[in-house]
Amino acid sequence: MAELSAKKTRWNEWVLEKLFFFCAFVSVITTAAVIFILLEETLTFFETVPVLEFLTGTRWTPLLEPKHYGILPLVAGTMLIVMGAAIVALPIGVASAIFLSEYASHRARSIIKPILEILAGIPTVVYGYFALTFITPGLRVILPDTQIFNAASAAIVVGIMVLPMVASLCDDALRAVPASLRHGGYSLGATSFEVTTRIVVPAGLSGIFAAFVLAVSRAIGETMAVTLAAGATPNLTANPLESIQTMTAYIVQVSLGDTPSGSLTYQTLFAVASVLFVSTLMLNILGTWVMRRFREVYE
Amino acid sequence: MSDMNFRTQAFNKANLKRRRAQSKAFEYFCSGVTGLAVVVLALLLYDIFTDGYRWVDAQFLNSFPSRFPEKAGIKSALVGTLWLVGFTAIIAIPTGVLAAIYLEEYAPKNRLTHFIEVNIANLAGVPSIVFGILGLAIFVRFFGLGRSVIAGALTMSLLILPVIIIAAKEAIRSVPSSLRQAAFALGATRWQVVRAHVLPSAMPGILTGVILALSRAIGETAPLIMIGALTFVAFLPSGPMDEFTALPIQIFNWTARPQETFHELAAGGIIVLLAVLLLMNALAVFIRYRGSKQ
Repeated sequence: MAELSAKKTRWNEWVLEKLFFFCAFVSVITTAAVIFILLEETLTFFETVPVLEFLTGTRWTPLLEPKHYGILPLVAGTMLIVMGAAIVALPIGVASAIFLSEYASHRARSIIKPILEILAGIPTVVYGYFALTFITPGLRVILPDTQIFNAASAAIVVGIMVLPMVASLCDDALRAVPASLRHGGYSLGATSFEVTTRIVVPAGLSGIFAAFVLAVSRAIGETMAVTLAAGATPNLTANPLESIQTMTAYIVQVSLGDTPSGSLTYQTLFAVASVLFVSTLMLNILGTWVMRRFREVYE
Repeated sequence: MSDMNFRTQAFNKANLKRRRAQSKAFEYFCSGVTGLAVVVLALLLYDIFTDGYRWVDAQFLNSFPSRFPEKAGIKSALVGTLWLVGFTAIIAIPTGVLAAIYLEEYAPKNRLTHFIEVNIANLAGVPSIVFGILGLAIFVRFFGLGRSVIAGALTMSLLILPVIIIAAKEAIRSVPSSLRQAAFALGATRWQVVRAHVLPSAMPGILTGVILALSRAIGETAPLIMIGALTFVAFLPSGPMDEFTALPIQIFNWTARPQETFHELAAGGIIVLLAVLLLMNALAVFIRYRGSKQ
C-alpha cells in the first residue's frame, strides 16, 4: 500500500516536472515561431523584389504607383528618431545616474526612483499624445518651419521614454564601482567632481555603454509615439523638422488598412519586421554581452 | 593629467578654491538635470488633465464611440480592456509562474537551461510590434481566431511572459535555501517543497511582478493594432471569440484625428487609462508592503 502511493507520488512528480518544463519551453517555441514566420514571408517577398533592391533602394512607395521597395527611407527615418532620442536621453540619463549614485541622499533617491518608474510605466500611446499636443506646438513656436508631423517631436518624446531605462542601468553600473576606488581618490585630495569624472565614470563606462546600446534598441522598436508624431512620409532626409516614417510606423500604417494575406503589401510587413527584429536582437545581444563582461571585473 | 601635475595642483590654494567651485557646480548641474525628469512628468500630467478633465464623467464611461464628440464614450474600450486583461491573466500567469518554478527549482544546470534563460532575456527585448506580427500570422490567420478577444489575449500573453518569468524567478530565488533543505530533510518531494514552502514565501514578489506585467498589457497598443482590434466598436464583447476594442486603441484613434475636440476626448481616455494603471500599481505597492512586513 505504502509502496503503491510512493509510486503514485513519483509519477505525479514526473508529470509535474514535464509540465513545468513545457511552460519554460514556450519561450523557445515563441522565438522559433517569430523567426520562422518572418523568414518564410520575407523569402517569398524576395522572390518578387530582389534583396539588393530592398536593402539599397532609396525610394519606399509600396502603397502608391509606381511602386518602389527600397527600405533606406524607413531606415533613415528610424535613425533620425534614434539619434534625436539619444541626444535627449544619454546626457540626461547619465547625469541623473551620477546624481542618484554619487550625490543623492537616501530621501532624494526614494523620491526620484519612483518618479522614474512612473515615467517608465506610462503607455507609449500617451507619450504620442503628449508629443502631438504639447511638444510639436512648442517646437512650432520656436521654429516656425516645423511641420505638423516631424521627426524632432517624436525623437524628443522617445528620448523621454527611454530616459528611465538609461538612468537606472547607468545608476546600477556606477553603484557597482567599489567604494574603495572612490576612497582612494578622495584620500589623494581629489574633489567629488574629479572622483566622479576620472574614477567612477571611467570604471563604469562599459555599463554606461551597455545602457546606451539597449536604449538605442528600445528606440528602434518604439512604435506608437513615432506613428502619432513623426508622420507617414517615407522621406530620405536628415532634417528633423520634416515629416518622416519609421519602420515601425510603416507596419502600423499598413495594418490599419485591410491588407489581404499573401499580397506583396502583406509581405512587406514581414520584410520590414525582419530588419527590425534582426537589428534590435543584435543590439540586445551586444548590450547584455558588454554588461556581463563588465560585471565580472569586480566580482 | 600626470601624477606630478595633480599633486602640485592639490596643494595650490587658489586652484583648490576653483576645484571646489567646479565640484559644487557639477553637483548642482546633476541634481538640476535629474529634476528635469520631475518637470517632464508634471508637464505631461498637466497637459493631459487640462485637456481632458471636462470630458470624464458618467456619460463618457457609459457611451459607445461616436462620430459626434459630445456623444462619444469609452464603454466598449473599457470593457474590451477588461476582457483582454482577464484572458491574458488566465493564460500568462500560470504559464509564466510555472516556467519560473521550473527554471529555479527543477532545471538541471545544462546547456538547454542556459539556452532557455538567454532566450527569455532576448524575448524581453523584442519590440512589441513584432509580437503583434506573430499574433497576426499565427493566431489571427493560421488558427483562424480572427480579430477576437482570445487572439489579442494570446498575443499579449506571449508579450508579457518574459516579464512575468523574470520577476517570478527573482522572487523565487530570494527564498532562503534553508527553508527548502528543512522540508527535504523531512522527506517532502520537490513539488511538496515548492507548493508548501517556496511559493508561499515568494508570493508577494510574484504578485508584484504579475501586476506590473499586466499593467504593461493594458497600455500596449501596437500589437493590438497589428492583430486588427477595431477602432469603432459599438457593442460589448460577450465571449472570447467576439471582436473588441481596447482603451489604448480608442485613445490612438482619437489622437490620430485632426479635430481638436477628439484630442480632448483622447485626453479623457488617457485619464481613465492612467487611473486604471495607478490603481494596479497601488495594489502592487500594497502587496509589496504587506509582504515586507511578514
